[in-house]
Amino acid sequence: MIKEVVRVPLAVGEDLVIQRNTIGGGGKRVCVVTGTHGDELEGQYVAWRLAALLQKEPAHLRGRVDIYPALNPLGISTMTRGMPLCDLDMNRTFPGDLRGSMSEYVAAKLIEDMAGADLCIDIHASNIFLRELPQVRINVNTADTLLPLAKRLNMNLIWIHAAATVLESTLAHSLNSIGTPTLVVEMGIGMRISPEYGEQLLTGIFSLLSHLGMWDAPVMPVAPPIVSSDGAVSFVNADQPGLFFPSSHHHAHVEAGQELGVIADPLTGTVRQRLLSPATGLLFTLREYPVVYEGSLIARILGGSQ
Amino acid sequence: MKEKVLFTLQTPYRQPLPVKGWYFGDPAQKTLAVMGALRGNEIQQMYLCSQLIQALDTLEQQGGLSAECGILVIPCANQFSMNVGRRFWAADNTDINRMFPGYGEGETTQRIAQRIFSALTGYRYGIHVVSLYLPGDCLPHVRIMETGYHRPEEAAGFGLPYTLLRKPRPYDTTTLNYNWQIWDTQAFSLYASQTDDLDQEAAAQGVEAILRFLAGKGLCRAVTGPGETNRLYHEDSLCDILSPTGGLLVHRLPLGAEVKAGDPLAQILDPCTGQALAHLTAPVAGRIFFRHRSRLINGHDMVFRILREDVSPA
Repeated sequence: MIKEVVRVPLAVGEDLVIQRNTIGGGGKRVCVVTGTHGDELEGQYVAWRLAALLQKEPAHLRGRVDIYPALNPLGISTMTRGMPLCDLDMNRTFPGDLRGSMSEYVAAKLIEDMAGADLCIDIHASNIFLRELPQVRINVNTADTLLPLAKRLNMNLIWIHAAATVLESTLAHSLNSIGTPTLVVEMGIGMRISPEYGEQLLTGIFSLLSHLGMWDAPVMPVAPPIVSSDGAVSFVNADQPGLFFPSSHHHAHVEAGQELGVIADPLTGTVRQRLLSPATGLLFTLREYPVVYEGSLIARILGGSQ
Repeated sequence: MKEKVLFTLQTPYRQPLPVKGWYFGDPAQKTLAVMGALRGNEIQQMYLCSQLIQALDTLEQQGGLSAECGILVIPCANQFSMNVGRRFWAADNTDINRMFPGYGEGETTQRIAQRIFSALTGYRYGIHVVSLYLPGDCLPHVRIMETGYHRPEEAAGFGLPYTLLRKPRPYDTTTLNYNWQIWDTQAFSLYASQTDDLDQEAAAQGVEAILRFLAGKGLCRAVTGPGETNRLYHEDSLCDILSPTGGLLVHRLPLGAEVKAGDPLAQILDPCTGQALAHLTAPVAGRIFFRHRSRLINGHDMVFRILREDVSPA
C-alpha cells in the first residue's frame, strides 16, 4: 500500500511528496530507506526488487516492511545530490524540526514516520567520485546493538567508526539516538546501479527478516563479513591535482608499496604523483572520477598492516 | 598593513589560487581575526572585509592601533567557487563552513578548513562575517553560539542593535564559529544583511561595529559613533512565520518594519491566476528581523522572523 509520509506544496503547480510502500501488516516493522542523496541510485534497484519479492509471496511475511525509495525526490529527479531548493545535504538536516523551515520540517516528518521501527536499513551509494565495496558502517557507540544485525546483511565489510567521527545530523544517528536501530549501507557508486550488489544486499535483507521472525520462507545463506575498526583502514589521498589513472582494481588484494595509480598532468605529459598502497589488504574504496585536487580521496585499504 | 599568502591551492585546470590574509598592528599579538567569504556567493561578506581592510590601513598609518593590537583579516577563501558562480566548493559541492576544525590529511575542503583554522586560531576574538543559510535578508546583527564558553556580554561592544544567542544544532558543530569558541576564541558571527548583492550601508555599519568593538577595548583609536543599545535575544524567542502554501510571494512591508499584531505582511498568490492563496499577518507586535527573498515560495518556507515586542532582551 502506497502511503504519503509528507507533502509540501511547491511554488508553481506541484507538491513535494515523499512516499513509502507499506507491505504486510502488524507485528515487527523494518524500514528500508534510500534516495537521501539524489545522485545515489544503487538503492533504487533494491527498493524495486524488494517490493516485488515481498508482494510476490506475501504469505511468508510476518510483520511489516516499509520501503522508502526516495527521501529526496527533487534531488533524484534533477541529478542533484542535495536538496535542490536550499542546496542542503539532506543527510545533514536530521532530526529536523516540525516547526522549522521546509527542509527541517521534512526531516522531522521522516523521523516521526520511522521512529519505533524494529530496524531501519539506510542504503547509500557513495557518491559520483568513489566506488565502494558493499559495506555496513556503524558507530562504535551502537556496535553492541547493531553489529549482530549487520553481520546478517551479507555485506563484504562492516566498518566500525570511532565515536569522534560521528556526524550527528544524519538520519542514522538521529534514529539510533531515539532507540530505532539503524544500519547504514554503502555500496557501489553514484549515478550508476550495480545489480549484483543489489542482489547481494537483498539476500542480506531477507536473512535479517528471517532472523527477526518476519520471513518464514527459506533464505539463502549469507557470507560472513570482515569486521573492521578505524585503525585497520588506511586512506590514500591525492597530494597533487591532476587526472587519476588507476593501476589496481577495486576489490583487489594489494601489497604495501604496490602502485595504486598515478596522478597525471595532461598539459605537460608528466606524472605528478605515484600513489602507493600504505598497507597490505583489501582495496575496498577506489576513485572512479578522474579529476582530483589536493586532498581528493583516492582509495581505502582494509588491512592496516605495513 | 602586511599582505601574506596564507596558503595556495593548486588545481588541475586553473591557475593556483592563493588565500591571502591582511595583517595589521603587531603580528605577535593575536587580538582579532576576521573571516569573510567561505562560500562562493558571499559577495557582501567579502566586500565588508575589503572595507575593513581600507579602514584598518588608514587607522594604522595614522598610528591609531595600540601596541597590544594585532589583527588578521581574510576577505575570501573561496575564489575557486566565486569565480564560476557557485555557492559551495565547485568541485564536489561541499561547504567549507561545515568542515571545521578541518583535517589536514582529509579531503580537499577538510584540508582547506584546517589551513584556514590554523591561521585563525589563537586569537582572543574572532568575527566570522557570514551569510544566512535561509534564502532571505536579515537585519544586521551579531550571533553567538551557546557553547558554554561564550560570553554574550562582549557583544554589546559592537553597538549593533541586536545580538542573537543560538543553541547549537547538530549541523552547527562543524562551523567556524562553534569551533573557534571550543578552541578558546570569543567568536561572533556578524550578519550584514545581504549575501550575493552589495548593501553598502550595512557593510559600513558592520565595519564601524568592528572598529567600535576594538576601540571599546582600548585597542584602537577609531572615531566611531556611539552605536545603538544592544539587545540580546535567544533565537528561540523569535516569532517564525512559515508559509502555509506555495506560490508567488508579494511583500507588503520592508525588512526592519515595526508591526502590530494583525498587520498585513505579505500575500501568497497563485502564480498562474493571481488569486490570493494566503494573507500573512503579523501574529505578534515587533520588528521584521528576517524576510524571505525569493519571489517563489514553497509551503513551510520561512517567510518572516519577527523580534517580538513582548519579549524582553535576555
